[in-house]
Amino acid sequence: MEFLSMGGYGAYVWTAYALTFAVVILCLAQGRRRHRRVFNDLRARFRAAAERGK
Amino acid sequence: MWTFVHKLSSPPYFYGLAARMAPWFAGAGLLPIGYGTVAGLFFAPPDYQQGDAFRIIYVHVPAAYLSMLAYIVMAATAGIGLIWRMKLAHAVAAAAAPLGAWFTFLALMTGSIWGRPMWGTWWEWGDPRLTSELILLFLYFGYMALRAAIDDPTRADRASAVLALVGAVNVPIIHFSVEWWSSLHQGPTLVREGGPAIEPAMMWPLLAMIFGFSLLFGALLLSRVRTEVLFRERRARWVRKLVYPEETA
Repeated sequence: MEFLSMGGYGAYVWTAYALTFAVVILCLAQGRRRHRRVFNDLRARFRAAAERGK
Repeated sequence: MWTFVHKLSSPPYFYGLAARMAPWFAGAGLLPIGYGTVAGLFFAPPDYQQGDAFRIIYVHVPAAYLSMLAYIVMAATAGIGLIWRMKLAHAVAAAAAPLGAWFTFLALMTGSIWGRPMWGTWWEWGDPRLTSELILLFLYFGYMALRAAIDDPTRADRASAVLALVGAVNVPIIHFSVEWWSSLHQGPTLVREGGPAIEPAMMWPLLAMIFGFSLLFGALLLSRVRTEVLFRERRARWVRKLVYPEETA
């Protein structure tokens, strides 16, 4: 368990790493979510237009 | 070469290519990031002055590097879009901005977390390196706010491109700030006269992290440009066919 303490700097080191990976994962998730939202919005719009046209 | 560039700038081609490439970039990035994280945290020797606190370098430097690389990508593609009126280039610039902002935020935060035990302060107002990096964050915010404020997409592209190009002067200022003025921030480690000032056991994980994060940035950028292209091309036939295939079937 000694590596957790990082020579007394554990709180700083682990916070920096946790924050970095959290932001990267957030960016990945955000990218996927945005794409799905735009795709589904467009799909709903085209469908509504097609049904109005019938 | 030019036929490839021409093909690449065709939105449906780019959309499909980006979808296929993004997972490869992400996967290829995770390998060096895995190595860099483990080696940086556990195998690299502690610094003789900073002890284990120096290990923050392995997340701080890639974040800071990407905060500037994203800006260069944004300004360059904005410039290409402005000069050659290439819509895809504007889409890349627009997609790079929020990513750049996130990496700038990370560089500032991890830097602050590193500064607290080393300099005895989280933040120093007026420090050239810290201030120029904070200005970078505001440039990204300004760019995104300007885009959001203009309804006409062509005008939004152009106005924001001008802002991106003007703000590009800040990038070399950030890089050279620690050499031009006195700063709390330490001098350059890798890119300096006389070669890198770092032991190989400490350097390889750092290079791996920079390389891995750059690939991951590529994956994030491709994914965002794809969404941007889909929305911008929403009136095009290929988009309609793609998102609502039942209509034509």
